Amino acid sequence: MTQAVLDSGVMTLDDLLERPEGERLMSCIQCGICAATCPYGDVMEHTPRTLIAKLRAGLLDEVLTGDDLLNCVTCYACWAKCPRGIALTDVLLPLVKEQVLLNLPEVPAELQAAFEATLRYGNPMGESPRKRAAWVEEAGVEVPLMKDVGRPVDVLWIVECYASYYPRGRENAVATARLLDALGVDFAILGPEERCLGECVRLAGETGLFDTMREQNMATFDKYEFGKVITSDPHAFDAMAHLYPAAGFRTPVEHVTPFISRHIEDLLPRLTRELNATITYHDTCVLGRRGGLFDEPRSILTALPGVELVEMTHNGVNTICCGGGGGGMWLDAFYKARGHDRLSDRRVEEAAATGADILAVSCPFEVPRFEDSVKVLGYDDRIEVRDITELVARAME
Amino acid sequence: MKILVLLKMVPDVVEELEVAPDGRALDTEFLRLIVNERDDHALEQALLLREDAGGEVVVAGLDAPEVDDVLFSALAKGADRAIKLTGFPEGSGAPAVAGMVAGTLPSIDGLLPVDLILTGCQALDDLDGMIGPLLAAALDLPYLGLVAAATVEDGGMLVSKEYSGGVLGDFRVELPAVLGIQAAAKPPRYVPIAKVRQAMSTGTIEGVAASPAGPAPSIEVIEMTKPESAGHAEMITGSPSEAAARIAAVLTDRGLL
Repeated sequence: MTQAVLDSGVMTLDDLLERPEGERLMSCIQCGICAATCPYGDVMEHTPRTLIAKLRAGLLDEVLTGDDLLNCVTCYACWAKCPRGIALTDVLLPLVKEQVLLNLPEVPAELQAAFEATLRYGNPMGESPRKRAAWVEEAGVEVPLMKDVGRPVDVLWIVECYASYYPRGRENAVATARLLDALGVDFAILGPEERCLGECVRLAGETGLFDTMREQNMATFDKYEFGKVITSDPHAFDAMAHLYPAAGFRTPVEHVTPFISRHIEDLLPRLTRELNATITYHDTCVLGRRGGLFDEPRSILTALPGVELVEMTHNGVNTICCGGGGGGMWLDAFYKARGHDRLSDRRVEEAAATGADILAVSCPFEVPRFEDSVKVLGYDDRIEVRDITELVARAME
Repeated sequence: MKILVLLKMVPDVVEELEVAPDGRALDTEFLRLIVNERDDHALEQALLLREDAGGEVVVAGLDAPEVDDVLFSALAKGADRAIKLTGFPEGSGAPAVAGMVAGTLPSIDGLLPVDLILTGCQALDDLDGMIGPLLAAALDLPYLGLVAAATVEDGGMLVSKEYSGGVLGDFRVELPAVLGIQAAAKPPRYVPIAKVRQAMSTGTIEGVAASPAGPAPSIEVIEMTKPESAGHAEMITGSPSEAAARIAAVLTDRGLL
């Protein structure tokens, strides 16, 4: 088996079987539920079931020397459904994908560009780090930077890359700023000091890049005092909740959606504008299936005036991934070249079938992915994609 | 085949460039440097040639901020040896740099002779494209620039250049030679950061002081300014019919309709 290139004392594929997670892996009953529930199970040669079978038989090299695992969008579907509770998406798949990337003869161009830009500029788009807080000018409320505040704050808000830079993502950031302001939260952002938290590059197999991003971010966090962290990005939340503690991060962290949900009573007096809309909510893989946050986003939506909530066929733990996780955000051309369906297209078809006017989301990846699919599928005259924070801010107007 | 690749760092234009208060150089306060893109292609081409013909790839970078990261990254990609050339006075022009590099190479242990020297055909900080030809002249070697394809054949190189009008030129050049690379046969490869970090912990960058410069550069920067915009685009807004009416009016005003 291929040796892990860097032995930094963390778990590697080689010593996995000697650890409790690995022992559990041996209990796989080869039922195939993982393959059946995988959104790309129909096109993947190596589903988790075959991965485990080959790992146990010492035949994993053929998996590690191909690019099949790039099809894994780390959506936690297999993880959630495994009857043996095997740590697939959080342990096995990242370790396998790390070795796949180390052996990959050619990294797909968009993924390579995202990796390189994340390392150099702290965001996968390759935008100027100095412009990370440029959206603040559109906020209409004060959004202080930690470096200017000069005192401890209650809440450090990690805006993350897509809400900072992507034009439609910035509407999410502006809406969140307005909600925090309306709630009187004592908050600040890092602005140009903030860098990608690195969850997606890790789940794409770039563990070394994740380690680098985490070191840089931990050094920045150490400069300031804050009582808790909220973040607009479920992937950042996942990294800070599950991966940053290993580097000494001890501050409570929460995604913006549950934060707003907990404070919705305080906002109610200001939520006076009728939305007059039928809304369907897309459960994100990371917040929902991974984090179990299914009720919080729905409780926000049903608190908005003039909203009827309808459900898609696949909801809650059965949600269909938008296709953006685990590097999928930068693998659309790779998937298209292989003739795979775009997962976001499948999701938007389900949303359209509900008759909803608005497809509500709570992850900044989903806005561009679903808006593209809405246009490609010809639903742009009847479905609007909006982050929940944008809908709350709209009801506040 | 032993290949020497020359790299230099240039301003990263992701950040907006500002002119320094003296009006003769870039403001370095927010300036970050990045490896010259063509030089990165030269490294890739060297690695591809070694994959085909075997041999050794030695990378030499001119000392500058962040050049260590680039050299370690080159080692992680598979370069056999990394050298940092130090002691170039700031603002050295291409003739001085080429002369200093040519004078320094013989003093580097075990480097010469090399079969091939590759560098980018041009760098965005001066656009002169002169380092390659000047170095070739100083070493009395043949030079071909704007190289878009290069393969080894019978102890020499077959080299292709693209000319204006879609004309392709094929050349044979005997080795040793200097080539200015426009584009490698493949885009520069990705190297996972774990490998770069491993190169940083186990690899070595050899520092070599450059030989003293020859005569002082005879070119002086008089003034550096941002271009003044000569015209302005009009952004047409409004509903589709309003926009169409405005476009029709513009075309009519200019006698185009």
